[in-house]
Amino acid sequence: MSAESATYPIDSRPAPVKREPIIPNGVLGMLIFIFTEVMFFAGLISAHAIVRSQAAGQMWPPYGQPRLPVEQTALNSLALLVSGIVLVFAWFAYRREVSAARIPLLLAIVLGGVFVGFQGVEWTALLAEGLTIQSSTYGGFFYLIVGAHAIHAVGALLGLGWAFHRLDKGTLTASQLGTVSAFWYFVVLVWPVLYWKVYL
Amino acid sequence: MADTAVDVHHGEHAHDDHHGPSGILKYIWSTDHKIIAMQYMFTGMFMAVIGGFMAYVFRMQLAFPGISVPGFGQVSPGEYNALVTNHGSIMIFWVAMPVLIAAFGNYLIPLMIGADDMVFPKINRLSYQVFLLSAIILLVSLFVEGGGFGGAWTSYPPLSASGEYNQTDLGSSLWLAAVAIEFVAFLLGGINFIVTLMNSRAPGMKAYDIPLVCWMIVIASILFMLSVGPLVAGAVMLFFDQTIGTGFYDPARGGDPILWQHLFWFFGHPEVYVVLLPAIGITVDVIATFARKKIFGYKMVLYTAVATGVLSFFVWAHHQFIAGIDPRMANVFTVTTLLISVPIAEMCFVIIATLYGGAIRLTTPMLWALAFMAEFLIGGVTGIFLGASGADIYFHDTYFVLAHFHYTFFPIAIIGTFCGFTYWFPKMFGRMMNDTLGKIHFWGTIIPFNFIFIPLFVLGMGGQHRRIYNYEHFPELAGADMYQLRQIATIALLVMLAFQLVFFYNWFVSLAKGEKAGKNPWKSNTLEWTTESPPPHGNWPKDELPNVYRGPYEYGHPDREEDYWPQNLPS
Repeated sequence: MSAESATYPIDSRPAPVKREPIIPNGVLGMLIFIFTEVMFFAGLISAHAIVRSQAAGQMWPPYGQPRLPVEQTALNSLALLVSGIVLVFAWFAYRREVSAARIPLLLAIVLGGVFVGFQGVEWTALLAEGLTIQSSTYGGFFYLIVGAHAIHAVGALLGLGWAFHRLDKGTLTASQLGTVSAFWYFVVLVWPVLYWKVYL
Repeated sequence: MADTAVDVHHGEHAHDDHHGPSGILKYIWSTDHKIIAMQYMFTGMFMAVIGGFMAYVFRMQLAFPGISVPGFGQVSPGEYNALVTNHGSIMIFWVAMPVLIAAFGNYLIPLMIGADDMVFPKINRLSYQVFLLSAIILLVSLFVEGGGFGGAWTSYPPLSASGEYNQTDLGSSLWLAAVAIEFVAFLLGGINFIVTLMNSRAPGMKAYDIPLVCWMIVIASILFMLSVGPLVAGAVMLFFDQTIGTGFYDPARGGDPILWQHLFWFFGHPEVYVVLLPAIGITVDVIATFARKKIFGYKMVLYTAVATGVLSFFVWAHHQFIAGIDPRMANVFTVTTLLISVPIAEMCFVIIATLYGGAIRLTTPMLWALAFMAEFLIGGVTGIFLGASGADIYFHDTYFVLAHFHYTFFPIAIIGTFCGFTYWFPKMFGRMMNDTLGKIHFWGTIIPFNFIFIPLFVLGMGGQHRRIYNYEHFPELAGADMYQLRQIATIALLVMLAFQLVFFYNWFVSLAKGEKAGKNPWKSNTLEWTTESPPPHGNWPKDELPNVYRGPYEYGHPDREEDYWPQNLPS
């Protein structure tokens, strides 16, 4: 008892005070969710890496399967990255003056939409060339991983759209903008890793 | 709400909810953390009854092959597989997880840290509804064409990947969907627990003033969050293999069936600690209260739990020792597996050191807490043999493994739950449970439990393999001595199940006629005992939310008249 009290004095504690949380609830919750998502994509990527390393004759893509559009996607990825950067400006604009965030936020949404749209165009081309989710593990992992990212991107864009709607109404709080932005940053930052592992 | 200034939006929501629906809707559509906890608790208990019934049916088949089991009828091989698979799935995913983490977490965290509710009450409500949906899907899967999934709760491909092999096309897909949906529920709940603990604590409650059970549930939630992602990824791949004909786990098409084992156990092994830590937290809190003594080494328990959590991510491949992994790899995982027994042993020593010199009161919850440690110790020690890759080659997939993990999971899911339930029963329902009936139930559960699983250890060492429907077809396993042991285990199970009626009887009688509990029947320190029993909506009157002046385990302080010192008293 006495040893414990010496390291941790019970009686000389300052009076309890109400403290503000360091990270607002919404943002903290989203960060924890993003950790889970990072592990989800880590699971997909490691599964992909294991299957790829065991491919027959180290042929990747396997014989008879089309090559992925590496260059077009690189260009398209640029739209996504720029969208993420623009969203950072939206955040600083919001801190300066709330209504100033309108244009950068809208621009981020449009650029994100461009990325998802062009990915869709790419998919239709690949499907026409005979790469389907059943045609090989190569095609399976491509559609699985890129599709999982696309679903996350659409979800994050809906979140940004909701934030834009609230901004228009004038009810958007900093915590809400931070929460949906955090998810979009995750979608933007995980993409280069996926591109590197899946396309290259 | 602890966040009124920073997060106006969420704050408003929480306050609106205090004028929520009324009448019966109050119990179905409530965002109150206590009601959601009860929903989880009752659903979990309902599922436990189903899981227990399944155990009864297949144990009867094993001890008396071919008999018509009363209440079920004759067990076919397919039904046997479905029963053992769903017994395991239900007991882990629909009993241990919802009761230990969701029910106790929801009930205790806000009350013990002095908050009026969770930070995201609506997400909390959604979490239970998603969980309920998953339970319904699982129960439906037992009755579809072909019957319930029979590929074991670990669901290894290729058996699980194709209806051609498992003969339960629809059942296996529904089972997988139910498990995946259930994870969504715990994801929502876990985010709530972590954020609530970090942001909503009462003024003055510092990190080391948080009761250990709250810490343990939150550390368990973090482990769950970090480990579940790869399994969800694997489950999506398995679901596609089952339904749209991809070949992720099909070696003939370039896939890899062992991949699933890695993804599954990367989640599956931390999962053991996800359910273990809350049970240890409950035990530690109960032991401090009834030993009337401060926990020996609060910080050590906390850091040990964190160490266990970190280590638990590096042991998963001990499930694949005979799946053809590189022996050098097996060596590494043997070392990590044996290492993880160190922090767990440390917790046992902490409990023993807390008991030493305490003024021990052998109430029913205290008996459960002591039994938890004693029985879990047997589970832990037998785990050493399985963690060593050399010994595991012989023990793998025998009843030794089965008895080992029942000696860990039964203390966790059943003993831990009864410990917490009998301890917090006065707070939950406002009345005391009958102590005599409680002790009858305790001994009637613990003694038969050992009679079930010690024979199974012996059978496992005798070479009895798991997942076999009828040992008549294996002459070396069909001797009279082996049948005797099987029958001892089955009869002990019947006795144990019968004694559970005492518990339900005690519960209902105590609800109606039990002695009124008052605010603090156990003379305990933590904040939940400073409010009414049962606590009102919002936990404390608006202007009387507690402040915290000291740690949660100040029992037997020499400067005080009483032997306890509640956290909220200024002096």
